[in-house]
Amino acid sequence: MLNVALPKGRLGEKAYSIMAQAGYECPSLLEPNRKLTFENPETGVRYFWAKPSDVPIYVERGVADVGIAGKDILLEYEPEVYELLDLNIGKCRMCVAGPADFRDDQSRTLRVATKFPHIAKTYYSARGRDISIIKLNGSIEIAPILGLSDVIVDIVETGSTLLENDLAPLQEIFPISARFIANTVSYKFQYQEIRTMAEKLAALV
Amino acid sequence: MSERMRTPERAAAQLRQLYGGYGYAPFKVQKFERYDLYAEFRRFLESEQILTFTDTDGRLMAMKPDVTLSIVKDTLGGEMRKVFYHENVYREQRRGEGFKEIPQMGLECIGDLDAYSVGEVVMLAARSLEAISSRCILDVSHLGVVSGVLEGRVMTDEQRAAIFAAVAAKNTPALKQLCPDESLAEVLTALVSLYGPLGETLEKARIIPLPQKSRNALAQLEMLNRQLEIYGLDFVNLDFSVVNDVDYYDDVVFRGFVEGAAQGVLSGGRYDRLLQRMGKSGGAIGFAVYLDRLERVEQTGAEFDADVLILCPSDSDAALAAETAEAYRRSGKTVRVQRETPEQLRFRQIVKIENGEVTVC
Repeated sequence: MLNVALPKGRLGEKAYSIMAQAGYECPSLLEPNRKLTFENPETGVRYFWAKPSDVPIYVERGVADVGIAGKDILLEYEPEVYELLDLNIGKCRMCVAGPADFRDDQSRTLRVATKFPHIAKTYYSARGRDISIIKLNGSIEIAPILGLSDVIVDIVETGSTLLENDLAPLQEIFPISARFIANTVSYKFQYQEIRTMAEKLAALV
Repeated sequence: MSERMRTPERAAAQLRQLYGGYGYAPFKVQKFERYDLYAEFRRFLESEQILTFTDTDGRLMAMKPDVTLSIVKDTLGGEMRKVFYHENVYREQRRGEGFKEIPQMGLECIGDLDAYSVGEVVMLAARSLEAISSRCILDVSHLGVVSGVLEGRVMTDEQRAAIFAAVAAKNTPALKQLCPDESLAEVLTALVSLYGPLGETLEKARIIPLPQKSRNALAQLEMLNRQLEIYGLDFVNLDFSVVNDVDYYDDVVFRGFVEGAAQGVLSGGRYDRLLQRMGKSGGAIGFAVYLDRLERVEQTGAEFDADVLILCPSDSDAALAAETAEAYRRSGKTVRVQRETPEQLRFRQIVKIENGEVTVC
């Protein structure tokens, strides 16, 4: 039996549909109820929904043997897991964004608002730029509008939210997509099951 | 009698016996070390965070984050040392968690290393895992295989580090992006996709087109495999994703896993390059067992805090309480005596002593 952590939300639903196509369906998952875990003994999987940023934690700590997590989360938390497959879903970009006419005054500390402090710090320290990180938990776009920060580091999907607020992506940091990850110890002890799952998924993406 | 020894303690006792049996001597390392040592060899450490303080003479000192450096530092070139240690080290386990005291047990073999000693140390790593749990796996690799493939390629240090990180995470999509040409990506993908019993998997690795340096490394693994077969170890796997810092390691490396622990519990390898960097001759191989990670290997925690609780509210019954408690202890039970039932503790049995009478509840 493999424990699978799925990220709540649209990405998780897409991910489940790929899992189901690969032969790991679990119909009870889609029924409206308050259950937290969903098991299908026939296909040998037990699913549970988790907050997307928590998926790597469940997998790293071995409560989930495998899981599906965005590359953004993996780069932010750097969990010790195997990253077995790029599922090519949930595609977007990690970007620096700010006012469309933004000019970086390099003589001042750059104020950066973000949900991803580690990624922002790594990106700017590689460029030797002095920044001050403002960690926010949501509605990041509002920060430069209200003058809380100069720029933001955030995920950009279509860019329409940015556009509506007179903001624009300024630099792309890296592309993002969903990854199939595995706990390093489960990978050893349930090698056949995890390998088979990875191969069936690989055939679909 | 209720089992009071938890897995980490039991393992430590068994490992001490195991290492002693092969002629490894216990070695006590000082708790503090000059900070300079770690500043110079920072990347040898698992975590770069170091707990420092100023000594009475003004020197900057560190609480040991690692034991190997201290042992190697004190080793004279040429002399053969076989030692083991059981020490606490101080480091940050996960980002943001703060410093922790981590019990660690390890073994080092330093000096004019021969093929036999390498095999012996890998075997002892495997036997250590066996002592912890019957469900265990030792993954073995040789860094020369991957670094041989990368040798002579023009790339920046960052690129090389990124490729090693992708190898460690078995991240084949990233390998495709990072490698300057397709043939390199194919070879690395083929290597990290291999996984299985050492002997069989080495056969499969031989089919992959590899440069001479990588072939030599495979030949060394084959020699190691022949020794491990003699020791009768059937849970040793080949896994090229086992990677250690190439500035210090360029030979056999290994990781140990037991079922129930979410991360590896043993890590080791041959680190001749560290000796060279310290200006010493010879070779060295060793490993560490992370005892703190064994706490959760048992499925359940202890069910009871003691077998028997003796309640003795009155001082006049003290002698009787002592007598009753001793009688239970002689029959092999653990006993706790006090006035009233403690909250939050659990006992198999409760005995009450009142007015010179013993009642079993």
